[in-house]
Amino acid sequence: MRANCWYGKKDVRVEQVPDPKILNKRDAIVKITSTAICGSDLHLYNGFIPTMQAGDIMGHEFMGEIVEVGPEVHDRKVGDRVVVSFPISCGKCFFCEQELFSLCENTNPNAWMAEKLFGHSPCGIYGYSHLTGGYAGGQSEYARVPFADVGTLKIPEGLDDEQVLFLSDIFPTGYMGAEMCNIQPGDTVAVWGCGPVGQFAMASAYLLGAERVIGIDRFPERLKMAREGAKADTINYEEANVYETLMELTGGRGPDACIDAVGLEAHGAGAHGFEYIYDRTKQALMMETGRPIALREAIMACRNGGTVSVIGVYGGFIDKFPMGSFMNRSLTMRTGQCHVQRYWKKLLGHIKDGDIDPSFVITHRMKLDDAAHGFDIFNNKEDDCIKVVLKP
Amino acid sequence: MATGTKRQEQGEAAEQSAQAAPELVVKDGLTGPEAPANGREFGGDGRQNALKKYVDEEQLARGLGWFSIGLGLAELLAPRGVAKVAGMRGNTGLIRLFGLREIASGIAIFAGGRRPAGPVWSRVVGDALDLACLGAAYATPENDKARLTFATANVLAVTALDVLCARQLGADPDGAQTERGNVPVNKSIVVNASAEEVYQYWRDLENLPRFMRYLESVKVTGEGRSHWVAKAPGGSVEWDAEITEDRPNQSISWRSLEGSEVETSGTVRFEPATGGRGTVIHVKLDYNPPAGVVGALVAKLFGEDPDAQMQIDLRRFKQIVEVGEIVVSDGTLTGEGYTEQRPAQPLGVGLGAAAGQLQK
Repeated sequence: MRANCWYGKKDVRVEQVPDPKILNKRDAIVKITSTAICGSDLHLYNGFIPTMQAGDIMGHEFMGEIVEVGPEVHDRKVGDRVVVSFPISCGKCFFCEQELFSLCENTNPNAWMAEKLFGHSPCGIYGYSHLTGGYAGGQSEYARVPFADVGTLKIPEGLDDEQVLFLSDIFPTGYMGAEMCNIQPGDTVAVWGCGPVGQFAMASAYLLGAERVIGIDRFPERLKMAREGAKADTINYEEANVYETLMELTGGRGPDACIDAVGLEAHGAGAHGFEYIYDRTKQALMMETGRPIALREAIMACRNGGTVSVIGVYGGFIDKFPMGSFMNRSLTMRTGQCHVQRYWKKLLGHIKDGDIDPSFVITHRMKLDDAAHGFDIFNNKEDDCIKVVLKP
Repeated sequence: MATGTKRQEQGEAAEQSAQAAPELVVKDGLTGPEAPANGREFGGDGRQNALKKYVDEEQLARGLGWFSIGLGLAELLAPRGVAKVAGMRGNTGLIRLFGLREIASGIAIFAGGRRPAGPVWSRVVGDALDLACLGAAYATPENDKARLTFATANVLAVTALDVLCARQLGADPDGAQTERGNVPVNKSIVVNASAEEVYQYWRDLENLPRFMRYLESVKVTGEGRSHWVAKAPGGSVEWDAEITEDRPNQSISWRSLEGSEVETSGTVRFEPATGGRGTVIHVKLDYNPPAGVVGALVAKLFGEDPDAQMQIDLRRFKQIVEVGEIVVSDGTLTGEGYTEQRPAQPLGVGLGAAAGQLQK
């Protein structure tokens, strides 16, 4: 089969690789009909996530048709049309029982690696370095899906791929970002980063009852999508001081909740220009692994007693965390890789009911063979690229 | 959310059970269902002693770090004074630069973790520069030869200390374990199953090679007796063992028979986790390999970090109990050893056999 493989920094190639096989009894093989490039794939593309190996198949947002099942798969059968969750979860361990699926204890064969970096290991993830298991990803024609009963969602007739594909990651991730904010009626929620996850965080904040949602970014096309797709107000951080604008909008109190949908490759402008250079330099010198500019700003802006929700990806260590602000003002921080399987049935319901059509974030559709071009324009934000969907 | 409901139910269940147990033990002012008289102290398993001999060079490194910073500051702030002591009519700019170098070495030593071998080697390089400079200074007639000699002797002494310290820091502290001829392993894991279930699995010793990667086979040969075969790169090691204690659902202990090639003993304990969250498994293994070829093989079995390897094996055991088999990914499938990774791609035709074997 053909698959998009990682070969190094800014080097991905679609290559011929062997077809996947059933390796464990609860595996299924899925023939992929749609797959996407995630913003977090760019962290791999730019070389910020350690333990990638030349030849690794990328991709963790995919869907398709089941073409083979292992002997212990009970609730799925050949021919089922399914979306695959990016966390690989066993459904039996302490964390899966609590529906904290991305913390599954049994699906990362390389847990020892993650323990060295994180203290404890999260679950296995498709195509996302050997730190999270070294599983082949889904930017390919076929994929092996372990624990298929837990890790796939059956899609009913009448919904097309583009409407449901993002149930694999970015829609539930954005939703969880908003849900962790414990939104109360009348709340104002600010979202740093108007990429696809940020768009879904904004849309979900409204679904969960926020009265006002404010998106922060610097790319006009993303801010436009936030206004028109997610119906949020927007601030362009290259044109306005974010903190002051947020204070102006909230009577000096600050947003009730702040969502970091940016993660470890943040940029800065104006007053943050120096901060960006400082963090970028330290990052280049391997003295920190993240540039937490958005996170620092979200903490400083959040109202007293408010919640900072972090769904942007961080890989290692950050610097100058404003702990004084965080502690003295009774802030709460909630974080996590999304527990996709906990949310996707409910979100499928929202899609079926017409509350939201997640396909509004798609800007580019191309062949799997053009994956390298997709990564390039997505990474460079060229051609107003926000979300790329690939067809094998 | 579904989780909310589930957790609430758990919470309510907990409350109910608390209500159902009205007799709280009150002891020493503590209130609780089973308030212990005193807490217990944990940590310290004798391993610290094995590492003690390495404390010396670690302290020495810190001393050298402070020396670097002190001398560096003196060179930076008072280059003329330093030049005078060393008997040179100095180039103060160069001495200031050397000061910066010293300070950098000092900082690197403190930033270099517990065993900063690299930064201490950087001091050795610095010493060589100092010596070269002093050597060159002899050529200038105005310089005070007596003071130059004194300074050179001092630098040579520090260089010797630096080399000694750097070499010792570079040595592997875990090597102490094989030197002592003993490989202790001590690890635990929580498994989402009853003590009875996990005990039953362990009590059939023939199951152990399913998750302990260093074991090739264990055959039960009679009442409490068994024959063990362990594999290592380049050979295998065999011994006979007997169960020395068997407390159903609580613990199993075993040790190799007198006269075995390998002296080994092990204990596994099963302890209910708090709050009914399954069973905590504690494994303690000891290997006392003999000298020679067999000893070298046994040392290889466990590599540099036996605890970490046992942790991986226990995780595999947990997978067998909780999900019925060991979970594999494309990247770890045929990796020899514990650390080797292959690209995360499906196996090709030639490697398909390995996948087939794993499924057995």
